[in-house]
Amino acid sequence: MKFVDEYRRNDLVRNLRGEIERLSASRRFNFMEVCGGHTHTIYKHGIEDILPPTIDLVHGPGCPVCVIPMGRLDDAIAIAHHPGVIFTTFGDMMRVPGSQGSLLDARARGADVRFIYSPLDALKIARENPRQEVVFFAIGFETTTPSTAITLLLARAEGLRNFSVFCNHVTIIPAMKAILDSPDLRLDGFIGPGHVSTIIGLRPYEFVARDYGKPVVISGFEPIDIIQGIYMILKQIDEGRCDIENQYGRVVRPEGNLKGLEVMRETMMLRPYFEWRGLGFISQSALKLRPEFAPWDAELKFEVPGLQVADPKACQCGEVLKGVIKPWECRVFGTACTPETPIGTCMVSSEGACAAYFNYGRFSLAAQRRQVHLNLDPGTGGS
Amino acid sequence: MTFKPQTLDEALEKIEKVRRIRQGKFYLRDDTITMSHGSGGKAMHNLIDGLIGATFSNPILDRLDDAAVIPLGDQGQNGRLAFTTDSYVVSPLFFPGGDIGRLAIHGTINDLATAGAEPLALSVALILEEGLSMDLLRRVIDSLKSAADEAGVSIVTGDTKVVDRGSADQLFINTAGVGLIHRPGHLSTFHARSGDLVLINGPVGDHGIAVMMAREALELELDVVSDTAPLHSLAAALLDAVPEARCLKDPTRGGLATCLNEIAINSEVGIALTETAIPVSPQVRGACEILGIDPLTIANEGKLVAVIPAAAEAAALAALRGHPLGRQACTIGEVIGEPAGMVFLRTEIGGTRVLDMLVGDPLPRIC
Repeated sequence: MKFVDEYRRNDLVRNLRGEIERLSASRRFNFMEVCGGHTHTIYKHGIEDILPPTIDLVHGPGCPVCVIPMGRLDDAIAIAHHPGVIFTTFGDMMRVPGSQGSLLDARARGADVRFIYSPLDALKIARENPRQEVVFFAIGFETTTPSTAITLLLARAEGLRNFSVFCNHVTIIPAMKAILDSPDLRLDGFIGPGHVSTIIGLRPYEFVARDYGKPVVISGFEPIDIIQGIYMILKQIDEGRCDIENQYGRVVRPEGNLKGLEVMRETMMLRPYFEWRGLGFISQSALKLRPEFAPWDAELKFEVPGLQVADPKACQCGEVLKGVIKPWECRVFGTACTPETPIGTCMVSSEGACAAYFNYGRFSLAAQRRQVHLNLDPGTGGS
Repeated sequence: MTFKPQTLDEALEKIEKVRRIRQGKFYLRDDTITMSHGSGGKAMHNLIDGLIGATFSNPILDRLDDAAVIPLGDQGQNGRLAFTTDSYVVSPLFFPGGDIGRLAIHGTINDLATAGAEPLALSVALILEEGLSMDLLRRVIDSLKSAADEAGVSIVTGDTKVVDRGSADQLFINTAGVGLIHRPGHLSTFHARSGDLVLINGPVGDHGIAVMMAREALELELDVVSDTAPLHSLAAALLDAVPEARCLKDPTRGGLATCLNEIAINSEVGIALTETAIPVSPQVRGACEILGIDPLTIANEGKLVAVIPAAAEAAALAALRGHPLGRQACTIGEVIGEPAGMVFLRTEIGGTRVLDMLVGDPLPRIC
């Protein structure tokens, strides 16, 4: 398939692996992939399996579903239970548990919760159901924010009053800064988020190299993008450089998407602070609707509990997300906290760092540690 | 409380302990039924193993095959009967390549086929919603009839019920089927052995994507049609050529990933697949890339997975490819001894990953 297969070529992977092995022979390196989409690619294609054992990937806070705090999810579920409300959301948000179950559970209890692919679908549902209130659960980083912004502008232009947005958009830079400010930081560089950078461009990352001395390589989402991103970081370190580089030039422009940024500014403004699951409160890290969009603001339109629900005490997700500890170093990992009975956000989503270790990582770990031979050599099966 | 990080060995030991305790066991922890319980993945197994199977438990049911196999005569000297039932609630009722009627016939025939049975007769029960158009019902009835005729099986009994508007979505169908097993030996998901090979008769994911496209109005221009088909003659051709086949299965809800996990858990073996060997049509691959779902977890209605001894590979492929529904048959992986109860995928770039059962519905990812 065009635009996919060429980024998964085995021969290119092997070449890059050789270079990465050469550059990482001297010591261990910890790199954080910021974006949940990268984590997904890493697991889907078994990339950790291909990298030399001296390279550790730390799965960062860039999964928009994982960082929504329980309290906000409880608010969403409360809105969904309002009589006459059609509550719309992206698919993978349906499963994330609040303190009293997920949106999927809310639907089982009678709430009208529907999953959609674009906020414009929610607008369409609002037009088709003029007597009902249609609420869009807006989540995500700068990647998804412009589409919410455009939907709001359309709703205003049409005078559509039975549509509103429950805004939970977050911004990536403050989260990266919170991680960089962690005193026991163990990171050597960042695989920067490709899709977020499509919108915000390269400039917002400059402080990472300038003030913290860590290289950033913005990378795409195919296996070769990520492997090449890792190679580019290692090359910077090897050459004694520390820069913001763009591996994903086929999509990301240095200045970002100016039109996207403009519609975001027109419809939304920074919140003074926002809670992140696992990371706690981070100042100026999320967006809310501007006052002129109050008629479309679900937080003003509906009564929500607005309660903060603390992350469980035993949970060390924050340290895992910052790369301070490995998932298996957490004191509840594997005992109180398993994928069936998750305590923290990292175990909730199958892409969360801990769930990934629990489900997928243990074989390569065990193999490294005990020289267990996995009879998985290619070539014996398939025709 | 002072924090003492656990070591890697301690962590691995804990994971192993949890895995041993839960291996092959499913627990029902939920208070209400959600859509996940119907998706064919983990939640459904929790429901079946934790409540339904546990309550009804008996030697025939406990085999958990797609069709129950009942010995006729004290020792089965008069042959064996295969018996199965399935309900159909697909929405929309008509989709590219099929409709609820064809699905209801094919699904039940295929459950008999995976037991190695020759289908004898079917039942059809209809649950109709008040207000359903008679024209629509007539189309579904015609479709049931033509699908049964094409497969050479008669519908010999049935039932109709009508429920209040809103109590059903237009119409639901239940079919049951009986078949006779003439061959010796028992095909079972408990019979895979290390060294066996895993074969499939063609590309995966067509049915699920075709229905999703018809249902969600995604505005993707795709030429994908459901693969719904009766598999009994294909299964018979394979079993004639390879009587020593261990297991046949049709990867419906939950897709290939869930089907192979069931075999791995029940047989206490590992299964290693080669990603590049698994056929997926370019259209389905494209749709999955866009939607962020895995073609290996998507439902099929005309696919047959066979686990066979390695020595029979050539005979099995020849038999499958000699049948119109098996032209694209191929070997996709092999059964390994350890680690038991797991399915692995050798990815196209040369990595390895665990291929888990579907958890919940295949929901599109945003990130």
